[in-house]
Amino acid sequence: MTAHLKQDEPDTENFLDTMKQGVLGKPVSRVEGLAKVTGTAPYAAEYPIENAADGVIVTSTIVRGEVVSIDKASALAMPGVLAIIDDERLTTRAAQGTAGEAPQQGPTQVFFWGQPIAVVVAETFEQARDAAKHLKVEYRAEEGAPLDPSDAEPEEQEDETVDQGDLAQAMSRADHAVDLAITTEGHASAAMEPHAAIAQWEGDKLTVHASLQMLNYNIAELADTLGIAEDRVRLVSRYVGGGFGSKLGVSEEVVAAAIAAEQVGRPVRVVMSRQQVFQCVMRRSETTQRLRLAGDGEGKLYGFGHEALVSNLPGEEFAEPVLQSSHFLYGGANRALKLEVARIHRMTAGSVRAPGEAVGMPALEIAMDVLAEKSGIDPVELRLRNIPDRDPEEDLPFSSHKLAECLKQGAERFGWDSGARSPRHTLDGEWWTGTGMASAARVHNVGEARARVTLKPDGTAEIRSDMTDIGTGTYTILAQLVAEMLGIAVDDVLVQLGDTDFPRGPGSGGSWGAASIGSAAYLACRALRRMLAEKAGTDESELVLRDGAVDGGRSLVELLDGEELSEEGHYEPGDIADSHTASGFGAFFAEVRVNRFTGETRVDRMLGAFGFGRVLNEKTARSQCLGGITWSIGAALTEALHFDPNDGHLVNCDLAEYHVPVNRDVGEVEVLMVEERDPVASPIQAKGIGELGMCGGAGAIANAIYNACGARVLSFPMTPDRVLEVMPE
Amino acid sequence: MPDTITINGTDHPLPSDPRTSLLDFLRQDLGLHGTKKGCDHGQCGACTVIVNGMRINSCLTLAALHDGDDVTTIEGLGTPENPSPLQVAFVEHDGYQCGYCTPGQVCSATAMLDEIKAGFASDASADLTSEMKATAEEIRERMSGNLCRCGAYANIVAAIRDVAEQGDAA
Amino acid sequence: MRPFDLQRPDSLDHAHSLSDGETATLIAGGTNLLDLMKLQVETPERLVAIDRLGMNAIEDTEDGGLRIGALVTNTATANHDRIRADYPVLARAILAGATQQLRNRATTGGNLCQRTRCYYFTNIDQPCNKREPGSGCGAIDGIARLHGVLGTSPQCIATYPGDMAVAMSALDAVVEIEGAADTRRQVPVRDFHCLPGDTPWRDNVLEPGEIITAVILPAPVEGKQIYRKVRERSSYAFALVSVAAVIAMEGDTIARADLAFGGLAHKPWHDPRLAELLVGKVPDAALFDRAADLLLEDAQGYGENDFKIPLARRTLAAVLAEATETTI
Repeated sequence: MTAHLKQDEPDTENFLDTMKQGVLGKPVSRVEGLAKVTGTAPYAAEYPIENAADGVIVTSTIVRGEVVSIDKASALAMPGVLAIIDDERLTTRAAQGTAGEAPQQGPTQVFFWGQPIAVVVAETFEQARDAAKHLKVEYRAEEGAPLDPSDAEPEEQEDETVDQGDLAQAMSRADHAVDLAITTEGHASAAMEPHAAIAQWEGDKLTVHASLQMLNYNIAELADTLGIAEDRVRLVSRYVGGGFGSKLGVSEEVVAAAIAAEQVGRPVRVVMSRQQVFQCVMRRSETTQRLRLAGDGEGKLYGFGHEALVSNLPGEEFAEPVLQSSHFLYGGANRALKLEVARIHRMTAGSVRAPGEAVGMPALEIAMDVLAEKSGIDPVELRLRNIPDRDPEEDLPFSSHKLAECLKQGAERFGWDSGARSPRHTLDGEWWTGTGMASAARVHNVGEARARVTLKPDGTAEIRSDMTDIGTGTYTILAQLVAEMLGIAVDDVLVQLGDTDFPRGPGSGGSWGAASIGSAAYLACRALRRMLAEKAGTDESELVLRDGAVDGGRSLVELLDGEELSEEGHYEPGDIADSHTASGFGAFFAEVRVNRFTGETRVDRMLGAFGFGRVLNEKTARSQCLGGITWSIGAALTEALHFDPNDGHLVNCDLAEYHVPVNRDVGEVEVLMVEERDPVASPIQAKGIGELGMCGGAGAIANAIYNACGARVLSFPMTPDRVLEVMPE
Repeated sequence: MPDTITINGTDHPLPSDPRTSLLDFLRQDLGLHGTKKGCDHGQCGACTVIVNGMRINSCLTLAALHDGDDVTTIEGLGTPENPSPLQVAFVEHDGYQCGYCTPGQVCSATAMLDEIKAGFASDASADLTSEMKATAEEIRERMSGNLCRCGAYANIVAAIRDVAEQGDAA
Repeated sequence: MRPFDLQRPDSLDHAHSLSDGETATLIAGGTNLLDLMKLQVETPERLVAIDRLGMNAIEDTEDGGLRIGALVTNTATANHDRIRADYPVLARAILAGATQQLRNRATTGGNLCQRTRCYYFTNIDQPCNKREPGSGCGAIDGIARLHGVLGTSPQCIATYPGDMAVAMSALDAVVEIEGAADTRRQVPVRDFHCLPGDTPWRDNVLEPGEIITAVILPAPVEGKQIYRKVRERSSYAFALVSVAAVIAMEGDTIARADLAFGGLAHKPWHDPRLAELLVGKVPDAALFDRAADLLLEDAQGYGENDFKIPLARRTLAAVLAEATETTI
């Protein structure tokens, strides 16, 4: 049996709120926590698979062209080397998120410097790595590949284009007009666990332990790549050491391990080096943006323009969706939005945490800060005045909208001074100090999801799905949800995830995991409750379950009487997505110091206030927000990919020179969760949260830098040199 | 000279391939996967272990040069059944998300608290010669050799402060 | 890594004999060497481990200075009582570098020999005259953010990345070197590292078979000691610019101004003209400007690193202002 729901109508019943176990939403510690802190949680490369050989990927040293020949013989003569594989099925890029089909294959065609072209397999890792370095490859290079976005004719992404009213005229008539060019550099996901896979064949059945975010799509991608049926493939990703978009699609090491294991006739483990993770997985595109705001005397927008140029390889469909929340965040009748892509030969651009908003929102929020200053209106107040009643482009209602509450409550908790603002008001020793703020918005998505919940005769439950937990808290929120619905302790729920032998979940990505898989679990539990109600001789709506018993009645064990109940929940996004605009909203407040001599910036204090529907676990939800804020600091101050102008290779391809924030970069951080129920977002009234915490945060820091030292920096990251360049003396 | 290395109290023969890093020796040869490989170049801290009382990056040292040394890995600090105070605090304060950097964070924090007690200075110490305290700013600097891409730093600091304060009270 | 023979001499003499040639490389803490061996930037046929040859003491010298053994870890140096009290610029420089984990392994001698972080040097599929003489320099026409602005050559614009040696240069420390057959020599830290010139592969003056045995600090001097490091994140990052300073005042005038700079050149940069200019003068903004003019008169940027020139100027002013308690 399957309990199925395709949500076409809002759900205002808030059925979960009538449950009595009292564990959902509570700050329950992660159920897998002890496994993680004691190092006993196994990640992809760590499964004890007997007789596994090691594979090391070899990458191209030309930009564009083809591999003419590989000197396999001399590498094969090296100690321990088992095979040099350049099978035409090898993939040369990772699949984009939710592709569901093979990415670019054929390692003889080279499209960027650092592209995988072969894999060397040896008895040990050291042998394989050494042989990979020795492999002699002859290329035929094609000159003249465009490497910089300014070298290529941009292609317009027409479905992103908005042309409403007359923005040019609005700008010319505005009381206060802002027209800014803002740039952002490329980012890397840099998940702490490098991409890794161990593949083994048993007969014609392939099992791969891998580090992937979306097994439900990855199984199709891998099967398509290998040209085999999906039912011959099993993927296992019980623990994923961070994803942030970099493990959405099946990546090169998974395919390389599968093909290598087939060819050498034994299991093969392939782990990318950190440099390879940087150079050949996914980058967030750099962006060049133009922001135009036309405001009236009261700071009300009547013109809104946002244009962006991003880049990707020829043929890749993904274009950093810079404008995603600009379409609906603020009003303004005259609108012009345009997204363009330059086709260049750098590594693939794809999803990195909060694709689009992570770079679009900070730019927009700088423009808003400039408008606030020009209009003489407090930045919080300016935003409050421009919250639209309905989606200004689609003319749709919002599913729920907590921006105003987040702005007000956040400002109050932070101690925001709404008095007159002028930069360079406080010098503390060598340090200018100041504050800034920004709005947060991140579109809400859901995906199809299945999960099976089984209630055992002993009154414990188990839930299974191929859904992953990439650090977001999925294991724990599912345990809480099932416990809440069935009236049992969290410890009595066994959560089994990350295995394609289980029902298909939605995968982790786009912040849709919790709402989607939670809804599938909810549906399964509703069905189990109906079965239990029948046994108890009551209606499900009347059935109160608490502490393993019907309230004031028989225990679950007695009710089940040796029987096991099991149901699969199946949730599908419905028509409701077309009739509403759904988004998480929030507000960031930052206090920074800028050194008057060196331009170094330190974030002393940051507060984020967020509304994202029902909070499923206060502790893990807060952690997601903290993570986003930490990424905001990186995006604001330190993170930038640098590409060589001559061959397009990523030069700072390690964790020493690509600066993700360290512990000391993060000062005091506070998170305020503005709880709400979103009847449209999902049957459990929850929205996404994993990305909202970095959708605008870098803008709050940028605005605080301006308020502190008067440097209106228009390029991210705001490294000391960029601050000094525009800091008044 | 002994030709063994002591890992969590057990002696092991040294690896036959001298290229083997201490990290690969732990993970590949001994199956002790609690110690993580995040970068293999001393740039992330996921591989932190404690050798003769000092925390080091196990990726940047050859196992063969540790004959006679006493190595403590995450597996030697606690188990799910009997976790160390820091391990408990990391769970309580949600001082992790994906968990991959976590064993390194816990090993690092364990040694770090001892370093503060021993009076080691840090870049955050205003005065190099006075008593060292486990303030938030000190912990942040001293834990900056352990990257956490999930961004759990604020909770990691809270977990460590909790244990440091318990230690002070004890 | 390429396969290598691992040798562990039991004495310094033995170490000299094993390392006297082109095919052997010494390893102490290994934090830099193994990093480069994994990338095959370094491919020694023999690795001579000197990690257990003593040389791990910090001792008082007859003239009131200190002799820091080559194998003393960075942690031990930074936390030594007398170094914290009498040579705080050295303790501060070490603590500003790397992480506790790395400092626990890194040694005095090894740290002096630390190689550049230039991205083209560490990527064996890119041109680099330092790594592969004659292959060209990827950085000059490429991304030169980390790179030098002083003392560069058309062959190489790499920087020496360390912090410890910058402080040692300001302190005018001396490197004690022992060669085969008991030959000993002493080289001031200020002369230990080379400029790239036409021999960019050469980082320092060590000859094959020579081993650093110690660094000798002269007797401590009066004055304020400051190590100021500007970097792209608040910890665990190499310097964009760093300044080590030992500055003393006599009444209203500067009596001592020993300065060295990191992040600017292929070596810790010491310009004796700065002390000549500053000593005997009353500190003010104009004087600091003149010092910066002198320091940077031959500075040349390579695009991405042009910012280092004004940044060095400003950082020098900040350090001089702090050390002389001058408001600017």
